[in-house]
Amino acid sequence: MSEAVIAVALVWVAASGTAVVLTRDPLRQAFVAGFFGLGLAFLYLSLQAGDVALSQIVVGAIALPLIVLLSLAKVGKGRG
Amino acid sequence: MSRRARLVFFAAAAAALAATLGAGLAGLPSFGSQITSYARMLNELAPRQRHVTDVVSAISFDYRGIDTLFEEFILLGAVTGISVLLRPLSDETRQLAQDKAPDRTIPPPSPAVWLLAVLLSSLLVLTGIETATHGQLTPGGGFQGGVILASALYVVYLGTNYVTVERFQPAPLLEATDGVGAFGYVFIGLLGLLAGADFLSNVVGLGVTGNLISGGTIPLLNLVVGVEVAASFAILASEFLDQTAVIRPRRR
Repeated sequence: MSEAVIAVALVWVAASGTAVVLTRDPLRQAFVAGFFGLGLAFLYLSLQAGDVALSQIVVGAIALPLIVLLSLAKVGKGRG
Repeated sequence: MSRRARLVFFAAAAAALAATLGAGLAGLPSFGSQITSYARMLNELAPRQRHVTDVVSAISFDYRGIDTLFEEFILLGAVTGISVLLRPLSDETRQLAQDKAPDRTIPPPSPAVWLLAVLLSSLLVLTGIETATHGQLTPGGGFQGGVILASALYVVYLGTNYVTVERFQPAPLLEATDGVGAFGYVFIGLLGLLAGADFLSNVVGLGVTGNLISGGTIPLLNLVVGVEVAASFAILASEFLDQTAVIRPRRR
């Protein structure tokens, strides 16, 4: 049973990680990276690493998208 | 360096990396193999020695507390660097959007968004405090709780506007909080020296395993780390927000 969960998590991480690289638009990439982070958190949880999973969630869901979105807003404003 | 020379250089470096990394990876225990004797020992000892139920907290805030001290100061250093880098430069000025177009007002967020922000920010404060204070019992701790606390401020910004959120986070208060949190870790470490033991020794009463107040210095360290991380992430967001909202090139 737990092997199946870990397998799903690994496939999710591999697929979403590839999707992050293949997304060319930085704004969309920030959202795809969020799903990738969620997959990583799920993988850590399935390997019984609850503390690491929580850290991954707060960094991947809060800190990273915030910095990417605010940076994109700044860069886009300078161009426009 | 010509393109060809660079490619040759890259091929050599990549081959060396592949060989050493491959040799290193081959020596790792196989996936899903038996846990190491070190992990087994800590699982056995930590609940009895430190009266905690989350062994990871006991490792990061007690057995290897000095590593966490350095990590805390890495975060402090990174946030200080960001504050210095993102200050208004000589050819930039701080100016609100209203000052540039006084005849146009920024439309306020809809009541639904505002209500959601009120509910979500109070829930986030509660979850943040819960995560930071239960580090010795369940997964979580100061770092995770601190980021959740800071995210309550982001939600306030999403539900209101730049001027309102700035009232919640005056820069001097955030910076002082960051410093107090970082120094608090050192101070708790010094308690060990004062008690005649080593730096960062767990010298506070350990309490009963499973209670909220248990684990000696572990919940105290989680608390100061929570304060430091919350302030750090609030400064981080505030500096990036300043760049988008008020810092603009000076008109020549």
